[in-house]
Amino acid sequence: MGLPLMMERSSNNNNVVELSRVAVSDTHGEDSPYFAGWKAYDENPYEESHNPSGVIQMGLAENQVSFDLLESYLEKKNPEVSMWGSKGAPGFRENALFQDYHGLKSFRQAMASFMQQIRGGKARFDTDRIVLTAGATAANELLTFILADPNDALLVPTPYYPGFDRDLRWRTGVRIVPIHCDSSNHFQITPEALEQAYQTARDANIRVRGVLITNPSNPLGATVQKKVLEDLLDFCVRKNIHLVSDEIYSGSVFHASEFTSVAEIVENIDDVSVKERVHIVYSLSKDLGLPGFRVGTIYSYNDNVVRTARRMSSFTLVSSQTQHMLASMLSDEEFTEKYIRINRERLRRRYETIVEGLKKAGIECLKGNAGLFCWMNLGFLLDTKTKQGELELWDVILKELKLNISPGSSCHCSEYGWFRVCFANMSEKTLEIALERIHEFMDRRRGF
Amino acid sequence: MKQLSTKVTSNGHGQDSSYFLGWEEYEKNPYDEMENPNGMIQMGLAENQLCFDLIESWLAKNQDAASLKRNGQSIFRELALFQDYHGMPEFKKAMAEFMEEIRGNRVTFDPKKIVLAAGSTSANETLMFCLAEPGDAFLLPTPYYPGFDRDLKWRTGAEIVPIHCSSSNGFQITESALQQAYQQALKLDLKVKGVLVTNPSNPLGTALTRRELNLLVDFITSKNIHLISDEIYSGTMFGFEQFISVMDVLQDKKLENTEVSKRVHIVYSLSKDLGLPGFRVGAIYSNDEMIVSAATKMSSFGLVSSQTQYLLSALLSDKKFTSQYLEENQKRLRSRQKRLVSGLESSGITSLRSNAGLFCWVDMRHLLDTNTFEAELDLWKKIVYNVKLNISPGSSCHCTEPGWFRVCFANMSEETLDLALKRLKTFVESTDCGRMISRKSHERLKSLRKKTVSNWVFRVSWSDRVPDER
Repeated sequence: MGLPLMMERSSNNNNVVELSRVAVSDTHGEDSPYFAGWKAYDENPYEESHNPSGVIQMGLAENQVSFDLLESYLEKKNPEVSMWGSKGAPGFRENALFQDYHGLKSFRQAMASFMQQIRGGKARFDTDRIVLTAGATAANELLTFILADPNDALLVPTPYYPGFDRDLRWRTGVRIVPIHCDSSNHFQITPEALEQAYQTARDANIRVRGVLITNPSNPLGATVQKKVLEDLLDFCVRKNIHLVSDEIYSGSVFHASEFTSVAEIVENIDDVSVKERVHIVYSLSKDLGLPGFRVGTIYSYNDNVVRTARRMSSFTLVSSQTQHMLASMLSDEEFTEKYIRINRERLRRRYETIVEGLKKAGIECLKGNAGLFCWMNLGFLLDTKTKQGELELWDVILKELKLNISPGSSCHCSEYGWFRVCFANMSEKTLEIALERIHEFMDRRRGF
Repeated sequence: MKQLSTKVTSNGHGQDSSYFLGWEEYEKNPYDEMENPNGMIQMGLAENQLCFDLIESWLAKNQDAASLKRNGQSIFRELALFQDYHGMPEFKKAMAEFMEEIRGNRVTFDPKKIVLAAGSTSANETLMFCLAEPGDAFLLPTPYYPGFDRDLKWRTGAEIVPIHCSSSNGFQITESALQQAYQQALKLDLKVKGVLVTNPSNPLGTALTRRELNLLVDFITSKNIHLISDEIYSGTMFGFEQFISVMDVLQDKKLENTEVSKRVHIVYSLSKDLGLPGFRVGAIYSNDEMIVSAATKMSSFGLVSSQTQYLLSALLSDKKFTSQYLEENQKRLRSRQKRLVSGLESSGITSLRSNAGLFCWVDMRHLLDTNTFEAELDLWKKIVYNVKLNISPGSSCHCTEPGWFRVCFANMSEETLDLALKRLKTFVESTDCGRMISRKSHERLKSLRKKTVSNWVFRVSWSDRVPDER
């Protein structure tokens, strides 16, 4: 990943004062070909009764399977939770005025306890190390500002969430150097791949400041193994760099025992110089399905990072109205325990449905155990195993099957033919229809 | 230890300034009518606490808005999933109309040109990212809001070059001050990308005059640079004249839809006018499509909670509420300001004649031992630690003249304000200078004030307003 591409600002007027390079660059990533998929969906969205042959959106990693649990909780607890107390009065004022970048203590406590519960109590979270930001998008950018200077690099394993190109690089001026992973070992990070990435950066005279992983992985839909995490931490210690673990999907692991958080690894380490390089990003957008509420957090074992992140969070505070509403919900441990358990179960069933359905159509997926999507292998359908070949197949799937899925190249996957397919942002019925369309497509192809 | 970025080690966050230190002292010993009557009174926080009752009674009558319901039906799901960085259309429409109402409906705002941000803190920084490279400069009139040092410079790498304003003309911006600042930037080898003003001004509490606004528009036209007008206090204008926005001036000069109008941007927020800083609602308004487009994408880093957008779109769409609120807000602010001003005067302290904002710009030069910033800091420490009032020293706002302080009046009850004034009076009378002055009559004080301010200021002061100033 090099320097941000720049567009020449066309000027028919030589006196036009220029915008910044950041403003005109396309590092926001939105000109990628696969945004055409979103456009196709917007123009012709599937709707069960009104538009059953429309485009089904399978490119959006949203969690819509557990809203009923949240809705019924909020219904019961209204008005204390949304109305600031049944009389409305003093609670409102105080809340409306609250803009302290430490965040509402009750909310931070609730987040800490929620994160602990997700990890089955295998790691403890200190309320005072929680820094709130408006979503993980903001958290990742903020951490990058803090850990790296412009032109420094973060190493990120491929395939990775396309949004990182914007979040980690756009305004920060920091680069991403990929750690190449492939299907030969289920896309796991190997020590060789790490060394190679590091060396690539050094050869280009780029200073590496850290490794950023997503665990569980987007787009793989799989947890990172404990041994790999330990190796990663070793690597970071040896190179004296940071380790950022974006654990935004931690609550979406189908079987809790299969998830090892970096927090667990660090829990038993006393050496501060090791702990201080570890930072965790979290958000309520995936596990709770609340992307609109903009709730993210940075959890750091480094005091300096916590202090600076807190100050920087002034640019991206969570609405106090939202903190107030979610504080009571997330600190209700009986509710959260039930929610986490049921959410995992429903996601697991969805995953099994889609993987079985694809298998019956002759399509294999990477063995996954988490997240809101599966990593599907259509390599055998490509005319040529190139990016072009992959995009052509993607276009066929979009135009003929009317399914918007995400091509692996948009996630910087170095192997062509992989696609991310979301399953939690639609009804079960819609998922069935999508699978039917895939079946028919595969039948037609075999019919040749 | 693994190193962190230079942003961490620099002081760009600005937290070591006295502005923030005063806050810290207050946190240690906060005044409370019952629990801690000798505690420190917070007069350094520009919050608007005067009209919460109006919002609260609206909430009581419109329960759906805060309960995530529409017509009694839950829209929880819809709101929970809404993360479109274009913002909620109903909310942007309501914001545009509210901004129009504040400007007497003389100008129109197109909702499509609004970009939402998590507070004006975020909006100002985002605009900087769009308009300036690291090392580029923006000119700001002094004194200015201390937070700008962080908001405009910290992560963007941009620079601020001051436009020096002085008490000789009521701190108004002059052509020569503008030119001087521009030249200074060139001398420092900085490329000037624009001018940023706060209108009404923080910390002065005065709205920019039409003359100043014309001057600014002419200046940016000739230098081919941007103008950012942070109008966050536009709804707090309590003077008897109307608030003149830079948009009014563009219209009057027939500059709408010209290249110049694309270089004029407004920042707004609901933190001051509505007193909702916790909800993080800010906005950028720009006529430049590229800026709107870039800023919209950048807003991903600071979106407004959909829950909050929904509540406020309902509130601001209620025109009966907004017109009643704006009128009442003005009334209450005016009466509060009067109370502070006359209380100060009875201690022999004058302040810049203000017509907006949540604070007064108070003249305590006569209480300084020497005309230096060291003396200002000494006085400030006495006021903070002995008198137990947290006020903001002018130096923290980059004022070039020692002795000026910003004193807030809208973030406390009337009783607390009276107590603060009483403490101040006691303090002043304990100093030599204070004793001398407070023995004189109120009339002598008025004439004293007249001598230190030029006629120009009186032409534009609110009670003497000349018709063509409108």
